[in-house]
This record gives sequence, structure tokens and C-alpha cells, in this order.
Amino acid sequence: MQDRSSPSTLHDPHATETGPGGPVLTMKDVTLAFGPKIIQSHIDLSVRRGSIFAVMGGSGCGKSTLLKSMIGLLRPSCGTFMLDGEDYWAGNDRRRTELNHRFGVLFQNGALWSSMTLGENVALPLQMFTALDSASIRQMVSLKLALVGLLDAIDLMPSEISGGMRKRAGLARALALDPDILFFDEPSAGLDPITSARLDDLILNLRDGLGATIVIVSHELPSLFRIADDGIFLDAVSKRPIAHGSPKQLRDRCTDPQVHAFMNRQRNEKDSRP
Amino acid sequence: MTEPRKGALPASADMPVWSIVRGRDGASLTLSGRWIGRETALPRFTAQDLTANASRETARTPAPGGRGDIAPSSPAIQRLACDLSGVSAWDTGLIAFLWDVRQACTEAGIRFDSEPLPSPVQRLLGLLPENARPAQGASRRKGRPAFLERIGGGFIAMLAETGAIAALARQTMQASLRILSRRSGMRRSDLLNDFASAGPSALLIVGVVNFLIGAILAFVGAVQLQKFAAGIYVASLVGIASVREMAAVMTAIIMAGRTGGAYAARISTMQGNEEIDALRVFGIPISSYLVLPAVLSLVITMPLLYLYGCLIGMLGGYVVAISMLDITSLGYFHQTVIAFGPGQFVFGLVKSIVFGAFIGLTSCRIGMKAGRSAADVGIAATRAVVIGIVGVIALDAVFAVIANSVGI
Repeated sequence: MQDRSSPSTLHDPHATETGPGGPVLTMKDVTLAFGPKIIQSHIDLSVRRGSIFAVMGGSGCGKSTLLKSMIGLLRPSCGTFMLDGEDYWAGNDRRRTELNHRFGVLFQNGALWSSMTLGENVALPLQMFTALDSASIRQMVSLKLALVGLLDAIDLMPSEISGGMRKRAGLARALALDPDILFFDEPSAGLDPITSARLDDLILNLRDGLGATIVIVSHELPSLFRIADDGIFLDAVSKRPIAHGSPKQLRDRCTDPQVHAFMNRQRNEKDSRP
Repeated sequence: MTEPRKGALPASADMPVWSIVRGRDGASLTLSGRWIGRETALPRFTAQDLTANASRETARTPAPGGRGDIAPSSPAIQRLACDLSGVSAWDTGLIAFLWDVRQACTEAGIRFDSEPLPSPVQRLLGLLPENARPAQGASRRKGRPAFLERIGGGFIAMLAETGAIAALARQTMQASLRILSRRSGMRRSDLLNDFASAGPSALLIVGVVNFLIGAILAFVGAVQLQKFAAGIYVASLVGIASVREMAAVMTAIIMAGRTGGAYAARISTMQGNEEIDALRVFGIPISSYLVLPAVLSLVITMPLLYLYGCLIGMLGGYVVAISMLDITSLGYFHQTVIAFGPGQFVFGLVKSIVFGAFIGLTSCRIGMKAGRSAADVGIAATRAVVIGIVGVIALDAVFAVIANSVGI
């Protein structure tokens, strides 16, 4: 059996000068737990500015939990989480709220506020956290919805649109405050291949256009191979990361049998699940 | 090339500023300063900025935060290129402005040359529709119908809803008859859960409210009846009021708020999770699986709670009467027993059964027709409580008329 104590690393997780930029988001020896139940431990990762970082792993391994800890919804049991060199959890609530304005989050089902139209969903953060007048807010709302191709749906309620539209509307809302770090939780889940490919294009365009850093939680291998240029692979059994690297690197060069099986969509011989 | 004419407004280096410089091959839109949309209201750009000013010597000073000058010239602009070399920082606010410019160019028949723009700006502009004007309001709602149309629509909807509740009542009745042949489709565990929720769990609040109502009735009655040395009739007052009206109505109001709201919220949440759709696909009748346990549990528990409410209400009256008036426990008990006949008891029992069926049916119906969002769950619960309470009081008025006509 392969030793899981040291993850299979295809690059240095704390490299600073490689790729598009230096690290913007860093985790060092982080453990995530709900009470006594440990979800993941010994997480070391570094997300470089302007990169698309993938969080990969099988169902139930803690990918979404890791994402929650990155956006401040779950405090790690131990370890440090740094944002541009600043310890995220060292500050008070007010400071964390300020830091959260750098985040834009696309939740798995869009998480749109159901009592508001799409336009109002995008407008709310602008009304709450900027001093813009209503005309400027309308202009920005129109732009954000137009960027995701939903300008015509500005007056629709979330219950009146499809799942794919809901995700794009969630993305428009995530872009409301022009965040420099975007988090996507399963953006392609439940979408048809064409819609999924369009969403990938949109993510790449937003990364290149806005210069945003993107963290993406997904199982969708074609999407990951296409857009992600770095990543981490979490293991549900050992409850720790077992590989670092881009999805393509993990597919082509990783020797861990589970990672290899996952990235090549094969059955792992040691896995007894049906 | 003509030099841009500076505007009259003093501008700091960070202020977003635009100007159009005209040359032989076309015009150049020059931007400078910080174009950060979330920091300041950025200037808007319309087709008038190109056409109205293009052939005149005018300087334009646009909306707050920006300054636009158009240099004097004679020929109309054929092509517009953008120069962003003076822009120190930007976000999507710049993209919004350039989108305006591109649409203004389209409207004015001027070619917008995006090639000189930096690649990220080009990519974002490439995502935006060519000829779509931004909508005029994020909160723009669909037009509301006229006043009379709303009243008419509301009345028709009310009739339709009454019919739907009647149909649901019929289906539930048929399902309850199938219980005898054990083919109702209702699970015993669901009935027991609903029964526990509507019965034992409600004892405390029903008891407290009825005790206080009985005590208040006795207090008010005692103050008045004492003046006529008729304090003993406090027992009659509390007894008749509890048995005939207060116990049934107050218990029903409590159950409408407590249990009816919970049923509506539960069923509307199931609606949102597509659980109702799943039941329908399997062919499991909603009336048997969801509505029957809810209605049956209320129809069974309401008369029991009514009796309990009567006793506790009379106890409340007794406590106040004994402490305020010079009457004995036996006297109070005797006066209570002779105050009302069995007909009034039966009347109260029938009312409580009807109230229970009404609350169960309406709350389930409201949950079933609710929308699928989180907000809709709240709306359904509120509506179930309001309709439950108003409906119980309206039904009680109908019962009062019936009681009067049959001489109870």
C-alpha cells in the first residue's frame, strides 16, 4: 500500500514565482473538523494569483468543506489560512468582512435570494457596500448580467429560470463587487455538456478579463482538464490531500493509484464500493 | 490631429475623465484616471455625445465623476478608437462605460474599433451583446393589473380555491373511508406523528391560554356581578362561555397558528424539494399520504383539546372566583353544572371537529399550492395561520346563527 503520509506533489505547493503570479491564498497544515469528526487534515496549498485552482476528490471527501473554510464559513480546527500574507482568522469580524469583499462565491445551486429578481440579487451587494447612486447600480447590474448572458432575464425571479441560468445568475451576483478571488462550488454539476462548455469559456474569459484568481470545486474531468492550471486532490479514506498539481499533470504523471483511477475515470482495484 | 480641449471642471489625477480627439482617419476616445465602478459613479456615454456634438464646437461635461470634451472639427466621425493609456486602474466600471460607447457608436452608425484595447478589456467586451441597451431598472417589475381587474381576479381565485378545498375534502373523505378496508395509503407512523404534534405537544399552550381566558372572564364577571350580590353567577358565566364559545374558538386559533402553519410550511418545503412531484409520479395520492393524517389528527385531537380547554377554563374561573368572592367550592361546582345542558356541550364538540377539519384542509391546500422557493415557505405558513384564524372566527359566526335558529 502506498504511503499516504506525504502527498504526491507535482509542484511545490508554496512556490511563489511560478505561473501567473505569486500566492494569494495559502493554507498551512490546516485541519477541518465538525466537532470531533475530522473531515480533512494536513492541508497545505497555495493558490497563485490569476490561476484557476481545482479542488478535486471523490464524493464525500470534504471538497465543499475545504471551500467553506476558504470563504470564511468554517474556521479550521488548526493550521493557518493566509490571504495575501494576512492571517484570515487573526483579525476580528469586521476585518474578516472586509476581506470577504475580495471574494465572490458561486454556490452549487446558485443560492439566489428567492424573494428577489435576478437584478435585485446582483444589486443588493452594491447597495449594501458601495456609495453608488441607483443609476450607477442599475448600470453595473446590467453589465454583470450581460456578461453572463442574462440581461433579458433581469426582472425574472429565480424560480422562473432554469438550473443553468441560475448558475450564471449566481455568477453575476458573485461578480457584483468585482472580487479578485472567485470560488465556484461544482459549477458544471447538473448542466448539459454544451452549457457546461459555455460556462468553462465564461470562467476563462472572466479570469483573463478581470485577472481574477479562481478556486473551483468540481468532479467534471473534461472541464477541469480544460480550465484548471493547478489543484489539490483530497482523499476520503486517509482524510488528507494525496496529490498536488494541475488536473492534466495528475492524469498523466501521478503514480497514486486512486488519483490515477479518478483522473482517468477508471475503477480503483482497491476500492470495494460498487 | 486636434488637441483635446480641457474642460472647465478641475479634475484630480484619479478622476475618471474622457475626451474625444478627432483626426483624419477617425476619432480617438481617450480615457484617463481611475475607472473603478464600485468607488465612484462613472460617466455615462450616449449616442448624443457622438452625434450632437460631433459637428459643433462644444465641450461636454458629463455626469459626476467624469469630464468629457469633444474637440472642434468639421467632418462627421466615421470610426472611433479608444486610448486607455492614461487609465491608472480599472474594473468592470470601465467595461460598462466602453459598452455604452460601443452601443452609442452602433446607434450613430460609427465603427467602434476595439483592436487597440488591451486583451482583457477586449475579452470582456466580447462577452457583452452588441446592440442591447442595458435595461432601465434592476427592480423593474411587470405591469400591475388595474384595480377592478385585481378585484375580479381575486374573487375568481377565491371561488376557484374554495372549489379546490372542497375537492380536497372529498378526496380526503374518500381516503378516510378506505381506512376501513386498509387501502387508504396512509402510513400509521405519519398519523401518530401528526397526532403527537397536534395533541400532547399542544396541551401546555392550550391549557395556559384557556386557564387565563377563564380567569379573565371570572374577574370581569365578578367585578360586575358583585354589585348586584350575584357573584355566584360567575360560575355560570365562565361555564357557558367556555363550553359554548371560548374553549372551542381559542383552541382552534391556537391550533391554526401552531399546527396549521407547521403543516403548510412542511408541505411547501416538500413542494420545493420536488417530494410532492415524486409522490405524484409514483401515483401515491397526496390526499391519502399527506392530507389525511394531518386532517385526521386534528379532527381527533380538537374535540379532546376542547374538553380539556373547557375544564381548564372553568378551573381558571374557579381560582379567581374563590379568591375574590365569598362562595364555596361546592357552590361554584353546583352552579357550573346547572348552567349549561348537554346540547351546548355537543354544540361545542361539533364546532371543534369542524374547526379541526377546516384548519387541516386549508393548511394542507395552502402548502400544496405554494411556490418552490424559501420565501414561498414563509408566505405559505403565514397565509395558513391568517386564513385559519379568520376562517375559524367566520365559521364560529355561522355556528352562532345556526345555534340561534335551532334554539341551542
